[in-house]
Amino acid sequence: MKTVHLKMPVTTADLQGLEIGTIIYLEGLLYTGREGLYKRLIDEGIPPPLDLVATTNVNFHCSPAAASNDAGGFDVGAVTGTASFRFSKWMSKWFELSKCQMIIGKGGMSREDYLQHFVPNNAVYLTTVGYGTGALLGRGVKRVVDVHWLEELGIAQAMWVLEVDNFGPFLLESDLQGNSLFHNAGQTVNEGLDKLYDGLKKPALGRYGETTSRDDEVI
Amino acid sequence: MIKEVSIEQAGLEIMRRAAIDIPEDFRDGVKAMMPQETNELSQFVLKSMVENWEAAEDDRRPMCADTGLPRYFVKVGNEASVEGGFIALERALRRATATATHEVPLRPNRVHPLTRADNNNNVGIGAPEIDYSFEPNADWIDIVTVHKGGLFGSDFRMLFPGDGIDGIKRFFLDVMIQFGRRGLACQPAIVGVGIGGSKDVCMTLGKQAACLRIVGNQNPDPQIAALERELKDLGNNIGMGPMGFVGSSMVVDCNIEVGCTHTGGMPVSVHSFCLSSRRAVARLHASGEIEYRTDPAWFTDYMRREGIE
Repeated sequence: MKTVHLKMPVTTADLQGLEIGTIIYLEGLLYTGREGLYKRLIDEGIPPPLDLVATTNVNFHCSPAAASNDAGGFDVGAVTGTASFRFSKWMSKWFELSKCQMIIGKGGMSREDYLQHFVPNNAVYLTTVGYGTGALLGRGVKRVVDVHWLEELGIAQAMWVLEVDNFGPFLLESDLQGNSLFHNAGQTVNEGLDKLYDGLKKPALGRYGETTSRDDEVI
Repeated sequence: MIKEVSIEQAGLEIMRRAAIDIPEDFRDGVKAMMPQETNELSQFVLKSMVENWEAAEDDRRPMCADTGLPRYFVKVGNEASVEGGFIALERALRRATATATHEVPLRPNRVHPLTRADNNNNVGIGAPEIDYSFEPNADWIDIVTVHKGGLFGSDFRMLFPGDGIDGIKRFFLDVMIQFGRRGLACQPAIVGVGIGGSKDVCMTLGKQAACLRIVGNQNPDPQIAALERELKDLGNNIGMGPMGFVGSSMVVDCNIEVGCTHTGGMPVSVHSFCLSSRRAVARLHASGEIEYRTDPAWFTDYMRREGIE
């Protein structure tokens, strides 16, 4: 497997030619942001607490295990991604507002999201590994540069601006063309599903549901 | 007499240990899966997880930033007595949770379910949960903490006696597959299965089977132990591995607990713990001595008793 180190903010040139499944480490500035942030910025139309575009173009779907220290700053213990599929509905406006070109999180988003929202914005998606490599990622956090809306959103949902170095590992889940590691894995897994259920009789009582095919994802 | 100050001290210490130190049984279980895993991506994930546990231990930092919903399980010896009684014990454990949140640090995950207000200390209405069980002929109390993420990997289904073992297998596969995709369940994991009881007890049995039993132990009923092995193999033959990549590492171990249930039903619950299976235990003796370990030893013969007495 190939390993690549990237500086943030990232450029389209950096991202070109990167293949899905590449191991990536990051250096520079990124900020965290998830539903709390998106709701305030997009649903409520509150202006961002910093110049988004000037700061960086990398958004991490996460919240750190952080606590205030005696020096008036913050100590970050561990950092772990949170499941990104839940933020799909905000992505279109978010790219418009933030000009982000890299989203990091847990588990990726749907292929439709990549094609509709990521590809037109020259954006890629990095997934955290495992997903519990919180200690390795925590090591890569050099400094809490700033934290915004801590009071309004709490530690878990606040917007943390982090300076990082050798921050990883991540895997390139979706590239500039919208190819997806998870999508491809799902296709392969699907091929073996029918035979797993062969010979197991169905329960007497079925369930209401939104899908009747195990080939579908439920995200 | 077990002192309140010892309870608070032990509560804080197990919170720290659970967040940072992966239990040996789980680490050994994952390492034993690695040689079987042939997919390159899945191998990379497992290798990264082992490195992450080492980083957590070396740096004394939490292994995962989602430090879950910190909670306690307390097993009380029938002859144990606690200074200030159980109200004091619960106060001490709530204080220990708030202190641990700041000092370890743990992520303050606990919010009000509707207002989403966060007290920033993992304490609030009904939090941390404190569950109890009892043990005859003992004067100690065991305090177990479990830090488990809470969003994916668990499900409940009311099956019926006619659905049989086939029904259990189908439901087990359904849960593994739906939450295994993209690795939402953070597999490979210890998977707990609860069969029987009332609906709520069914959920509790499965959850406790996942979180309070270790890798490598078996249900004492040979028939249930055989089903544990069968479900483990079934999960590891889906063709899926960590993060939902192609692979074979889904179930580090399968633990089943049962409870007698309604004659017309066969409720089943399935729960995946995660790649950061965080648990730690303290035994507080009347002498003031505190012993720490990682095996909760929760399901005792007394817990699984069948007779009237």
